[in-house]
This record gives sequence, structure tokens and C-alpha cells, in this order.
Amino acid sequence: MNIDSIQDGIVIDHITAGQGMKLYRLLGLDELDVSIALIKNVVSRKLGRKDIIKIDADIPVNIDIIGFVDPGATVNFIRHGELVEKRSIAMPETLTNVIRCKNPRCITSSEQELAQVFKLTDRVNKVYRCAYCETKWTG
Amino acid sequence: MKHIIDILDLSVSEIDALISTAQDIIAQPKEYAELCRGLKLATLFFEPSTRTRLSFEAAMYELGGNVLSVTGAATSSASKGESVADTAKVVSCYADIIAIRHPKEGAALVAAQNASIPVINAGDGGHCHPTQTLADLCTIYREKGRLSDLTVGFCGDLKFGRTVHSLINALSRYSGVSFVLISPEELKLPSYVKDGVLKPNGITYRQTTDLEAALPGLDLLYMTRVQRERFFNEEDYLRLKDSYILTPDKLRLAGPDMCVLHPLPRVNEISVAVDNDPRACYFKQVLNGKYMRMALMLMLLKDAGRIG
Repeated sequence: MNIDSIQDGIVIDHITAGQGMKLYRLLGLDELDVSIALIKNVVSRKLGRKDIIKIDADIPVNIDIIGFVDPGATVNFIRHGELVEKRSIAMPETLTNVIRCKNPRCITSSEQELAQVFKLTDRVNKVYRCAYCETKWTG
Repeated sequence: MKHIIDILDLSVSEIDALISTAQDIIAQPKEYAELCRGLKLATLFFEPSTRTRLSFEAAMYELGGNVLSVTGAATSSASKGESVADTAKVVSCYADIIAIRHPKEGAALVAAQNASIPVINAGDGGHCHPTQTLADLCTIYREKGRLSDLTVGFCGDLKFGRTVHSLINALSRYSGVSFVLISPEELKLPSYVKDGVLKPNGITYRQTTDLEAALPGLDLLYMTRVQRERFFNEEDYLRLKDSYILTPDKLRLAGPDMCVLHPLPRVNEISVAVDNDPRACYFKQVLNGKYMRMALMLMLLKDAGRIG
């Protein structure tokens, strides 16, 4: 399968196979009116299989969301058809308005205007907890 | 500006200083009777409470200050839909320090993020209740003379008991402390406390369902109530509520210096007949709680530049 190279935009590469759609949705790419390719299950020497997202537009992308979903992914910035920056991703210490606390006793359940803030409390086991009630995010 | 939302907002040296201040207040109360003259504590209690609210209010009166009080969401602007954030901003215009109790977990943090005066969490749902832990620590120190080298038994609801989690967090920072966790299988200490607090701090602990067998080896026994309000299922509550009842007969198995603590209110997990035993320290805990709240308010008001 061939997907054209992009001129100005972003390629999110080395996404763990199966995580591409989740990332696509969390990044809000389904709401954009630009050319985007989500390629699933591409053969990869490093990973066996991987997903790739190509965005053919110079738009801001929330790197924290990529780090939260798949810290093994890489982000390539393309200008005039050339790779200008390749960025590795780390799990963000704080996530704001990306995921919602599901604890019905949390203050965010009754005060909807509050930002949904999660903090990374265990990097090894990838544990995020609500900044208000400390409930663990379970997906 | 410093706020106290979680017991871990206080360092070990700050806790030691608060206990020292509390001891000094007990020794010479007149020296503290005017320190908060002209200052006001706002007690914002959006959930029922007797001891904690009265303790805070008595603490401020004994420091020479005054109290503005909101009791119950139904009689406050919360019933009109006012947010915790807005309430904190408004009350900051009237008072010098806030003590807040709220049924929602994290409400005290929201108040602290929006107030321009110090905020003390007086209990946010099942989450944190740091001043209860200060009362517990002060009592342990006054009864045992130390906070280190202790074998502490926790008995009852170790799953939902916020006071248990908080005291485990606080004591885990002292050396030579070990825990015996006594509970029914369904109310065992959550794995996030074991994995997040006990294991990283190298704390020795064992879990058991047998209170009688554990009693002889304990320096302290911290009894807790099985809380009806934490259960979604009434049947589970009824099945578990009487799992452990401390009676004079069982207490004979304990050492002569063991202290019995309880955050109160009790239902029937400690027989009234135990109250006269010199090892029963739970009413001393109430009194120590007031002194620790006095010490804490002094510390926060000094930090905020409201007293010299």
C-alpha cells in the first residue's frame, strides 16, 4: 500500500500496533478538515507491527497525549518535504483535559468546569492518578 | 502560602514541631490565649460533623480568635449551585483561615487553589483527613514517648478507612515502625497503599484476620468503624460491621502498656466496658486533636504573615 509523502506536517511513527485509532481520537484528528492517513499494522523491523499517523498540515499536536498513549512512539516534523526534527516521546508528568476521572465521589464529577488533571505517580507501571481524589486511571 | 490537604503536606520535622507546640500549649495555655486576637476561622462544613467542627472552633476560641461557621450544604450558597472555588474566593474576603469538610474527594484542594488564605482539609469524603492523623500522632507521642520503633496494629475497615491510610503514610516515615493489619478479607488494606507506601519505605507488615492472636505483640491498637456510608451494598455492610469487637476479655491478651486508639465515632467495635481501662486512649485523642489544630492554625497563620 502506498501513501504519498507529506510536504508540511507531522508523522507519528512507531505507534504500538492497535494504538493508532485511540491516538487518532484522543488527538481530535477526526475533527480536523485536513488530509490525514492512519495506517495500521505496518510491518516493522523494530516492533514487528506498528501503526503510523501522517498529518499533511502544519498544525499543533499535543505531544503529552502521544506520550500518555504510547511513549515509544516518535514524532517527525516535516517541512518542504524534508525531515527537520525527530522527537522521542516521554510519559508526561501531568495530563490536563485528556482523560476524565471516573470516581463518582470526585469533586470533578459535580463541578464540571474544573480541569481534569492527572499526575503520573508510577512511571514503571504507567500509573496516572486524578490530582483531586487520587483515583487511579484504569482506561 | 501553605495549605494542609494531605498529611504528607507536612514534613517529619514540621509534625515534630507541631507536637512540640501542642505540648507547650497543654503546659502553659495562657501563653497562647491571645495569639489569634482579631483573627477569624471560617469553618465550611458541607457534610455532617460534630467532633471535627467543634474541635476547630474550640481551638480558635482558645487562641483568642473568632469563628465564622457554615454547616450543611442546604443552608449555604452551595444549595444555589455556587462552586467550591467561588466559595473559597468569597470566604477569603471575610476570614483569615479556612477549615473545610466536603463530601466530594478533592474539594479541599480546589478550595486551596482558589483561596487567598490558608486552607485546612477537615475531611474530603473518603480521601484525606490530615488533622485526625495529627491527633493520632500527638496521642501516640504523648502515650509512648516516641513515634519510631513501634508495632502498630490496625483493626477493622482497612480498605475504606481514610484515617488508617493517612496514619500509615505518616508513621511510615519514622524508623523501626512495623504494622499488623487485622481485617476481614473483604476490607484488607488496598494494594496501592501496600505498593505505594509500605514497600517503597521498607516497612515490615503482616496481614491477619485474627485479632486475638495479634494482640500480645502490639504497642498500639488502632480500631476503626466499618463505615456504612462507604458501602454501595447494604448487605455487605451488615455482614461485615461486627467483624471485630474489642472487649475487656480480649484486652487481657494485650500487654500492659498497649494503647487503644480509635478515630471515633465508634458504633460497637469497642465495648463501652473498655473505656475505663487505662489503655483506652481514644478520648485523649479527641483532646489532643484540639491542641494539634491550635498548633497547626498557629503555624499556617504565621506562614501567611497574619500573626507575628
